[in-house]
Amino acid sequence: MLRSGVIAKKVGMTRLFMEDGKQIPVTVLQLDNLQVVAQRTAEKDGYSAVQLGAGTAKAKRVSKAMRGHYATANVAPKRKIAEFRVAPENLIGVGEEITANHYFEGQFVDVSGTSIGKGFQGAMKRWNFGGLRASHGVSISHRSHGSTGQCQDPGKVFKGKKMAGHMGAARVTTQNLQVVRTDADRGLIMVKGAVPGSKGGWVTIKDAVKKAVPENVIYPAALKSAAAEAERLAAEAAAAAAAEEEAAAKAAAEAEQAAMEAAEAEAPAAEGGDENES
Amino acid sequence: MNLIAEIEAEQVAALAKDIPDFKAGDTIRVGYKVTEGTRSRVQNYEGVCIARKNGTGIAGSFTVRKISFGEGVERVFPLHSTNIDSITVVRRGRVRRAKLYYLRARRGKSARIAEVTNYKPISGAEANT
Repeated sequence: MLRSGVIAKKVGMTRLFMEDGKQIPVTVLQLDNLQVVAQRTAEKDGYSAVQLGAGTAKAKRVSKAMRGHYATANVAPKRKIAEFRVAPENLIGVGEEITANHYFEGQFVDVSGTSIGKGFQGAMKRWNFGGLRASHGVSISHRSHGSTGQCQDPGKVFKGKKMAGHMGAARVTTQNLQVVRTDADRGLIMVKGAVPGSKGGWVTIKDAVKKAVPENVIYPAALKSAAAEAERLAAEAAAAAAAEEEAAAKAAAEAEQAAMEAAEAEAPAAEGGDENES
Repeated sequence: MNLIAEIEAEQVAALAKDIPDFKAGDTIRVGYKVTEGTRSRVQNYEGVCIARKNGTGIAGSFTVRKISFGEGVERVFPLHSTNIDSITVVRRGRVRRAKLYYLRARRGKSARIAEVTNYKPISGAEANT
């Protein structure tokens, strides 16, 4: 069952020391006001998905059309918007906020982002070509790509030939990164290893496609409203338990009082021995 | 403080390592936890600290060089590693470099380091060394 992913901001990298002496390099990703902005349904749009928005944008910097879109969803203007395909039963209500508990420690995720732009690069850096020899008659062209094809037949360079050109600033997905730690209070997800893009860039996190979906993932998503509801229920249960205890204590006190009164009434008749009654 | 610095500071506080004040040129003894099968014990590694890198934060590390059976051995320890049991300063050396990589080219008498006689613990640092 396909469930929604999340939009996160890449905060940076650090390391975590584990109890067993291991160090884990982690990338810190942050969920920033991640809310559902719109739904796509099979009836209306031909497919089912949720549109999520993250970050905060100044209202005056947002186009009028988008302002209207946010107004219908009744959410604050967002900095980044992305759609996630979900199964129809996993659609999330508009305005719901997703928390970092969406992923649990040890789970594998795929992270997509825009890689850091490298500009125009040669074939050695861009495609890991070996270059030409340092000596033996090679002049000037030590880092060139060498031959690009055959002779008069076919008489052309094939399309898609790996050559020098623009590198980076493209959408890259890193698969099977392990979630090491999550922090719902600050909205942090820490994944092991590197993630495409620069610090402050936006990435999307999804359940790993090449691993079986774990059984304990939360459907349709880990929502703030659900967490608040659970907290309220817990508080209510605690209050009910406290009230029950109080009532029991009160009943016990009343019984004691009654026993005392009874003992007092009995006292003139038969003195002593009524201490045990209470 | 940015978020990464915050997370690192939290981790340093949570690890609560007792790190003495030491620098390159000091002879130090590192108690390193070694696990053999199921049993774990502490192994001491003593030598001259020839470099400290990346400050006192979570990424900090130091290099200890010693001569073992006539062969120079260098080990790099992360400052906050959970495998480090203890760090003890054995001797304080007087050096004029932050990185003592020149010791690698030296043997015997010329590889000695003079001792500091007027060492004053920096304020706030543990004076237990």
